[in-house]
Amino acid sequence: MLKLAIRHEFPGFALDAGFEAPPGVTALFGKSGSGKTTIVNAVAGLMRPDQGRIEVDGLILSDSASGRFLPPHRRGVGYVFQEGRLFPHLTVRQNLLYGRWFARMKDGARFSRIVDLLGIGDLLARRPGALSGGEKQRVALGRAILSNPRLLLMDEPLAALDEARKAEILPYLERLRDETGLPILYVSHSAAEVARLATTIVLIEAGRVLAAGPAATILSDPATAPVLGLREAGAILSARIEAQEEDGLTRLATGAGPVWLSRITAAEGSHLRLRILAQDVMLALQRPSGISALNVLPVTVRDVTPGEGGVLVRLEAGDEVILARITARSTAGLGLAPGMRVYAVLKAVSVAPGSIGTGGP
Amino acid sequence: MTDWLTPEEWQAVVLSLRVSSVAVLASLPFGVLVAYALARWRFPGHGLLNGLVHLPLVLPPVVTGYLLLLSFGRRGTIGAFLDQFGIVFAFRWTGAALACGIMAFPLLVRAIRLSIEAVDPKLEQAAATLGASRLWVFATVTLPLILPGIFAGMVLAFAKAMGEFGATITFVSNIPGQTQTLPSAIYAFLQVPGGESSAARLVLVAVAVAMAALFLSEWLARSVARRISGA
Repeated sequence: MLKLAIRHEFPGFALDAGFEAPPGVTALFGKSGSGKTTIVNAVAGLMRPDQGRIEVDGLILSDSASGRFLPPHRRGVGYVFQEGRLFPHLTVRQNLLYGRWFARMKDGARFSRIVDLLGIGDLLARRPGALSGGEKQRVALGRAILSNPRLLLMDEPLAALDEARKAEILPYLERLRDETGLPILYVSHSAAEVARLATTIVLIEAGRVLAAGPAATILSDPATAPVLGLREAGAILSARIEAQEEDGLTRLATGAGPVWLSRITAAEGSHLRLRILAQDVMLALQRPSGISALNVLPVTVRDVTPGEGGVLVRLEAGDEVILARITARSTAGLGLAPGMRVYAVLKAVSVAPGSIGTGGP
Repeated sequence: MTDWLTPEEWQAVVLSLRVSSVAVLASLPFGVLVAYALARWRFPGHGLLNGLVHLPLVLPPVVTGYLLLLSFGRRGTIGAFLDQFGIVFAFRWTGAALACGIMAFPLLVRAIRLSIEAVDPKLEQAAATLGASRLWVFATVTLPLILPGIFAGMVLAFAKAMGEFGATITFVSNIPGQTQTLPSAIYAFLQVPGGESSAARLVLVAVAVAMAALFLSEWLARSVARRISGA
């Protein structure tokens, strides 16, 4: 558990942020220049905040009240930088082993397990100059993990990569989250990445924490949707693959009832995280018939939040929450109000593969 | 080769090689430290230190030699102090090495400083987050990356030391076998009738050493580029 409360004055910008990051992936989400990287650098010890206290699992990393400030090399905090920052004069293997030299426990993270997990076994003898962007980031990730950190910091590790490379690395990050149990502080300005990886979300705007909480709650909260971007607004649904059906569909069990989606290549029984974009959800007063959409879920309206660019309707479906974005005219036409029982309609093909991640919510 | 040069000429060449090697090796630790300080630290007196280091480059060598004589001569403040411990520079080959070391210092520091500035401090930060203390960061990241720059600086400084004349002759005079380095010997041969052939042979040696140093330094500079690009 990371506990942080810091203040720092920059010329023309003040940072005043505090939050707690439980185990799992805590995403720091906000626009560029909102202070996310500063927070991460303060945790790593690369900058010293004017005031405040940072603590990881009871170890005080910095505390302005007592004047305590651990230098970066004594914090045991792994850092994956946006640009990788691999050592050019060392091979991949030497890069990976660099932090283990100084690691607190020599036998902690197992070299071969991490190398397998990241799929970098074939690269060990190469130099960083001969790696692609995606390979570099995987090595940087492995190097940070193998230093056996208490906490892993990632500052937009995917931002410098194209979409294909991102898609290549995301599964490794999910495995890292689900298999190592290492607490991760993840900086991003991509709602899609956050929705896929985060278990906790901290929204940062202009140096302040706007909202913080479990990912599923923050992502389905109409109040925070404008910060994430309306087009990116959407709830997270945890699902389990029940059956691969013959006509190219996959049947999933969710807290909202069964859902059919285009074929997902994963084993039956595996757990998934679906991101259902609010703009892909339609609402109907009666159960529609003669309609191509396969998924019709009975739901209850929790609240209706008008705003710029439409109305966000939060829906309770079983023990899950779904978000729908519709126009003000439709809202008035249907007479939507809290407590109403309606039907949410979702096309099987509207959940993009990039919105399907592994693991629990 | 001993047949090719007379014993007197040979003595001058050997002395020059010894003086230059000692000058470069002894000034190297200071050179790395000063270059690192100038490249990475901000402190009061930064500009002053930079100026002092470069002073021998712009001062007439005779002035540098005279200043050395004033301070490191047996009656000079530093010279008199060191004399108590039996360390004497004046009119010894060690004095020639001191003069050459100081004259070559700016070149040594410049080459090393440039290579330190080419090292991305972000790499050093990354090393720190992986658990390396400042000293370890320097030893495992900075130093290997600047090694070719250090070699290049040593080569240049060595060549400069081989050619040093003005400061050396002013500080430690021109004593054969003691302080008569290659340039001093050429100068001395040119002062006596019939010395031209000796001077010519030494000139060839000087040209060969200088060319070799330049080629070596070029080659090392290219290897810096290769290392830092990581290919």
